[in-house]
Amino acid sequence: MSDSAKPPQRDAARANSRPWDDPGQKPFVQITGLTKRFADTPAVNDVSLDVYKGELFAILGGSGSGKTTLLRMLAGFEQPDAGRIVIDGVDMTLIPPYARPLNMMFQSYALFPHMTVGQNVAYGLRKEGLPRADIRQRVNEILALVKLEGLGNRKPEQLSGGQKQRVALARALVKRPKVLLLDEPLAALDKKLREYTQFELMNIQDQLGITFLVVTHDQEEAMTLATRIAVMEAGKFVQIGTPTEIYEFPRNRFVADFFGTINLFAGSVAALSVDTLRLRATDLNGEISAPASGCTTGDNVWIGVRPEKIALAKTAPEGAPRNVFKGVVWDLGYYGNLTVYRVKLENGRIIQVSAQNRVRSSERVAEWYDEVYVSWDAHNSVVLRE
Amino acid sequence: MRRRYPTFLISVLAFGYAFLYVPIILVMVYSFNDSRLVSIWGGFSLRWYGELLHNEQIIDAAWLSLRVAVMSATAATVLGTLAALALTRMGRYRGRFLFTGMVAAPLVMPEIITGLSLLLLFVSLQDLVGWPNGRGALTITLSHITFSMAYVAVIVQSRLAAMDATLEEAAMDLGGTPFRVTLDITLPLVMPAMLSGWLLAFTLSLDDLVITSFVSGPGASTLPMVIYSKVKLGLTPDINALATLIIVVVTLCVACAGWLTLSGNAKSPTVARTHN
Repeated sequence: MSDSAKPPQRDAARANSRPWDDPGQKPFVQITGLTKRFADTPAVNDVSLDVYKGELFAILGGSGSGKTTLLRMLAGFEQPDAGRIVIDGVDMTLIPPYARPLNMMFQSYALFPHMTVGQNVAYGLRKEGLPRADIRQRVNEILALVKLEGLGNRKPEQLSGGQKQRVALARALVKRPKVLLLDEPLAALDKKLREYTQFELMNIQDQLGITFLVVTHDQEEAMTLATRIAVMEAGKFVQIGTPTEIYEFPRNRFVADFFGTINLFAGSVAALSVDTLRLRATDLNGEISAPASGCTTGDNVWIGVRPEKIALAKTAPEGAPRNVFKGVVWDLGYYGNLTVYRVKLENGRIIQVSAQNRVRSSERVAEWYDEVYVSWDAHNSVVLRE
Repeated sequence: MRRRYPTFLISVLAFGYAFLYVPIILVMVYSFNDSRLVSIWGGFSLRWYGELLHNEQIIDAAWLSLRVAVMSATAATVLGTLAALALTRMGRYRGRFLFTGMVAAPLVMPEIITGLSLLLLFVSLQDLVGWPNGRGALTITLSHITFSMAYVAVIVQSRLAAMDATLEEAAMDLGGTPFRVTLDITLPLVMPAMLSGWLLAFTLSLDDLVITSFVSGPGASTLPMVIYSKVKLGLTPDINALATLIIVVVTLCVACAGWLTLSGNAKSPTVARTHN
């Protein structure tokens, strides 16, 4: 529990190693062909996943995507109809929940209302049959780790939301599980507390070296917490990758749209050169340049541009940049750190542009109904084929 | 207009409560009547309470009623809780709705029919296996268990249904086997419901006349049976005193049961499950 006990795996991960790209690494949690049907509709459909030791892995999906069912199968509360779950080389598929070397932090926290904080945390250790003195020591250690010293005798009903969350975390961590499952760990906290707790979670994971598997519907939570993210939709993984990979190189329109905001244009490839393609957009009077991305002329594709990759100016950009469009500021939202503009282009299409407010000023780059030029570099266009 | 409305409501309320409670209050008032004539006030006295203590028939009957009530309430609480656990924690299965309904059905079953069918069962059992041998305290207790178990099951079941199921999952996740989880988590949390079920079963058993008359035998007369047979011979003031005592006991039990149910529900709020 001390800092010197920092496991090497986590240090390696810190140094930007990518165990998932290293064929020599053995996956720590191995899910193969996992399927679960409820009344003939598959909630989880033939899902496979490798998670490596010390990872903080996030499964991201909307409601009904099957992410919670997947988590419940990992914990052992649901029996899969097909497939296998292997943790640290041991097949867990048929092991009941109370015999699995993993613990779960519930979205509702599920603190036992008739027990004190200390008794809640000690419950798992008591079931292991540890000696009383050991239990007391480990409970105190873990309560110190989550900064709840001295609250051991409180009842859950006497705690704030953030404190309850930390009791739930302590209770799940105190058994030193091989994997910690977290179901929407920050969903019930207010915004300020979430940001703080998020980094707390990362620090704790860092100190203990336990593999974390987080299920969430909140892409921001997934992005900031996770080493890797699996985006789930309709019982399947749509894309698995690091937060950057998923944000900057989404595999398809669903991921691009689910993960942050993106402007999408449909069209067909009009011209190709070595490294760029020119797309005749059907909903834009003009052409968009983008990386070639292995397309051939005539392909129907979508091009996406993130709002923060688009520049906005009142005068036409100098030189001969591509992807310049004229429009009118239709709407704007001021967020303090940035301003979001909705610009109506000449053909009526509205695109979203966000600009950092780098200079302290009461003036904005553009106001309502100003004529503006939006532009972006070709390499900021994302080509999406499905 | 505004003033008439509450006046109307208040008079309806007063009339309704008078309808319900005037007879009971009359009994209680006349239990302190000194006169031997039941309906004529002869001054305040506690003599009928004193006489009750010397009436061996009533003391015996009260003692039998109490024993039957404690035993049947205890057994009904155990069985009813088990039934409720099975019904709510076995997951979704075919016919669950039917079983749930069937547990509650004895609540609305006419007592005459329950009594008759139980008597038939005891008689044929005695013919077949020789047990229960004759009718008396044992058969009364068994019958009371039968109908009060349904009440306990319904009370505990609603408590279980309102309980956050993730609490049990969390305990299992922390290494508790299903049996341990039931002992450590489920039972402590439904304890208020079990207690209130016990008190209700106790009260029902203490009150019951119809079913008891069917299944009792010679020498086993419960308190309601004694009162009923005495009243058939004419009202006597000592019955008023006895009735007053019973009303006090029953009221206390029901009030306790209600308080337990309310405080039990308030103490462990059920956590609303948000989307996932």
